[in-house]
Amino acid sequence: MTAVYKHRLFWPIVSLVTLIAINAIARPQFIKITMRDGELYGPLISILRESAPLMLVALGMTIVIATRGIDLSVGATMAVSGAVALTIIDGSGDPGNLGTVLVACIVAVLVSLVLGAWNGFLVSVVGIQPIIATLVLMLAGRGVALLITGGFITTVNSEPFAFIASGYLLALPFAFLIGVVAIVAMSLVERRTALGVLTEAVGINPEASRLAGVRSRSIIWGAYMVSGVLAGVAGLIYASNIRAADANAAGVFIELYAILAVVLGGTSLNGGKFSIAGTVVGVLIIQTLESSILFLGVSSAQSPVFFGFVVALVVVVQSPRMREGLASLSGRLRSRGADARNDAARNDDKVEVA
Amino acid sequence: MDEVRPLLELTGATVRFGADAALDHVDFRLYPGEVHSLMGENGAGKSTLIKAITGALAMDEGELRLGGEPVAFATPHQAQAAGISTVYQEIELLPNLSVAENVFLGREPRRGGVVSRRLMREHAAAVLEDLGLALDPASLLGTHSVAVQQLVAIARAISADVRVLVLDEPTSSLDLDEVAELFRVIRELKARGVAILFVSHFLDQVYELADRITVLRDGELVGEYLTGELLRIDLVQKMLGREIGEVRARGRVHEDDAVDGAAAVLRARGVSVAHGVADADVDLAEGEVLGIAGLLGSGRTSLAHALTGVAHLEAGVIRIESADARLDSPRHAISLGVVYSSENRRRDGIVAELSVVDNITLALQSERGVFRRIPPARRRELAASWVDALDIRPPDLDRPVGTLSGGNQQKVLLARLLALSPRVLVLDEPTRGIDVGAKVEIQNLVSELADNGMSVVFISAELEEVLRVGDRVAVMRDGHIVETVAAADLTTDSLLALVAQPTEGED
Repeated sequence: MTAVYKHRLFWPIVSLVTLIAINAIARPQFIKITMRDGELYGPLISILRESAPLMLVALGMTIVIATRGIDLSVGATMAVSGAVALTIIDGSGDPGNLGTVLVACIVAVLVSLVLGAWNGFLVSVVGIQPIIATLVLMLAGRGVALLITGGFITTVNSEPFAFIASGYLLALPFAFLIGVVAIVAMSLVERRTALGVLTEAVGINPEASRLAGVRSRSIIWGAYMVSGVLAGVAGLIYASNIRAADANAAGVFIELYAILAVVLGGTSLNGGKFSIAGTVVGVLIIQTLESSILFLGVSSAQSPVFFGFVVALVVVVQSPRMREGLASLSGRLRSRGADARNDAARNDDKVEVA
Repeated sequence: MDEVRPLLELTGATVRFGADAALDHVDFRLYPGEVHSLMGENGAGKSTLIKAITGALAMDEGELRLGGEPVAFATPHQAQAAGISTVYQEIELLPNLSVAENVFLGREPRRGGVVSRRLMREHAAAVLEDLGLALDPASLLGTHSVAVQQLVAIARAISADVRVLVLDEPTSSLDLDEVAELFRVIRELKARGVAILFVSHFLDQVYELADRITVLRDGELVGEYLTGELLRIDLVQKMLGREIGEVRARGRVHEDDAVDGAAAVLRARGVSVAHGVADADVDLAEGEVLGIAGLLGSGRTSLAHALTGVAHLEAGVIRIESADARLDSPRHAISLGVVYSSENRRRDGIVAELSVVDNITLALQSERGVFRRIPPARRRELAASWVDALDIRPPDLDRPVGTLSGGNQQKVLLARLLALSPRVLVLDEPTRGIDVGAKVEIQNLVSELADNGMSVVFISAELEEVLRVGDRVAVMRDGHIVETVAAADLTTDSLLALVAQPTEGED
């Protein structure tokens, strides 16, 4: 009982369930899932589908934050990735060709990998503070994306490319499955190799790790590369969704939402211990909240305030001080109950003695 | 005489963490104008008692009286306002501010409601002069050595109207001269009638300074004694509650001629590191313990860094097992069997939030590589065997290492290095700030390892320890190894003379 209560994911999951419950009470069809032509539909399914880009970016951000870093360039990387893919597809003779789309996607992801490697180089080799190192690309990246698209919003009509964001596989949205693959892959790498614990060691105490022979530089560098690749895939999903490469709109503010998701999931911004599962829950909280805003009909003028208010509430509920307060409150209630029982027992004794 | 009343009196102090009592009905008193030492192993409750006095921790039971009046401090700030100042082992100052700003942090002198920098500098200069510190109050604190920063922390503590001064391990980062300087200041404060609570692991210092000694063990009061009436051996016994096994005599002492080029496991010639060590030669034979003695800043740590790939060499060569080794990282040194344990356990040693298992297997896992993970069962088995062999307490593999006592953290670090089966073990102050029991255990362990063929470089500020553990002792001064002598030919006094001797002009 207390073990469940104290689990680091307890409060994030409570927050998520509460959000869904409020929606469900307000409009019961929120939790309704229907099957049409072998494909699942419903508000919850939409949330899963729409959460894919943020999920990928936040997973990368988790690893980067675990190394004591931060990656502000993920939004810009998304824009570059989308621009590269769309430019290739648009420039080819046959946009509907699956091979063309595959090549475009692979090139886009490779370019994202290079961008991540650049960030990692600045942080781990040159030794620039992560927030500054990735700020460079955050600011310059969109310019690069605009250069690639020639300053226009490149649009394409390509069935295979559109499939990424709106297609279905095994009754589930393809974009959601991409997210699932990323989650599983990262969990496996963390569990089946020593990368998880070594990343945490580097994040908690870089100098001690270096003295113990840990390849801190490679681990940090690698984290930014993973972040770059995941942001690249997120960029493809985003571009596929609008069937266009919009360098100015792709992934705007996503770095901040990703950081928020990581923190909501219980990973400290100070680096060290991280939780993939926590980040997944954090992303779902944010995406559910975004959907709630639409679903509950909050006017667009009020939605930022509403969003901010709920996030503040969730963060406060999860804060250590609040948790301690709640724990001691429940402890006091319990011990009061126990006292009452003891009193009753003592009274019983007295009766017996009498 | 009997009419002198304690300035500070603690009765029945009890502090519980969960079910465990960190302090169990302890009485403690402090008279004006005395130096009172609080002694005990790590985990005996010294820190808890200090925190109870200084308002950093609330007592579950017990009463605190200051000048006869019952008091209760909710915060250290309140305690300070009442005249109780504390200097902690870890310096809690801001290196990016000036010395003067640090001295008056939080209670800056004001003129007309505005902080007056001129007044602050003047007051600070006065306090520093009081301490006999020739220091520019406007200079940045971070530019000074750790020792000077420690003295500034003390200046900060006494700049307030202080009645009770609590010094928690104030000497652990000071060298001999600075300790003498600190003692002079403490005696002066004592003469002014300040009551001083002095906590130190160095028995010498306690016997030199303290009038009375209170001994704690496992959170309970063992007793209060006059220093003059308590023999050292009795004190140690009371702290440990058991007989300590004498340090085993080393099985053999190497003949000097045994260390020729062929037998040397590690050989350094003309090794120099910027701002640290210059032109040092080191020979280390198989199964030998080379002690390194020297004051803080003598280059002893730089030498260790040079031998283990932590620092880049400016000049010189290092040969390991008769092969030239250009060590470019600790990782490289580890791959050649040379491992290093830092003097700064917390900063450069443990990974505090990770478990005992993770810490012990960290270096081994890194050596194997990220993708060749040690299977979990094997990891635990390995860690458990080290926990058992080194008697790490509590024997809880999943406990974050940061929550262990200093001595046990050190053992975890040693286990991490020993798990690599190294050929050369370079230990920089492995017994600093740990309790007597653990200290003896670590000294014995080093001797045992050497008897089994491991070569050890043992650096310590405690000369007795260097003599006891080392086969030979290299004496360092001003970045140079001035002499290497067989330990059997040295006494503490003769070694002290070598260490403290002023360097003659070379030119």
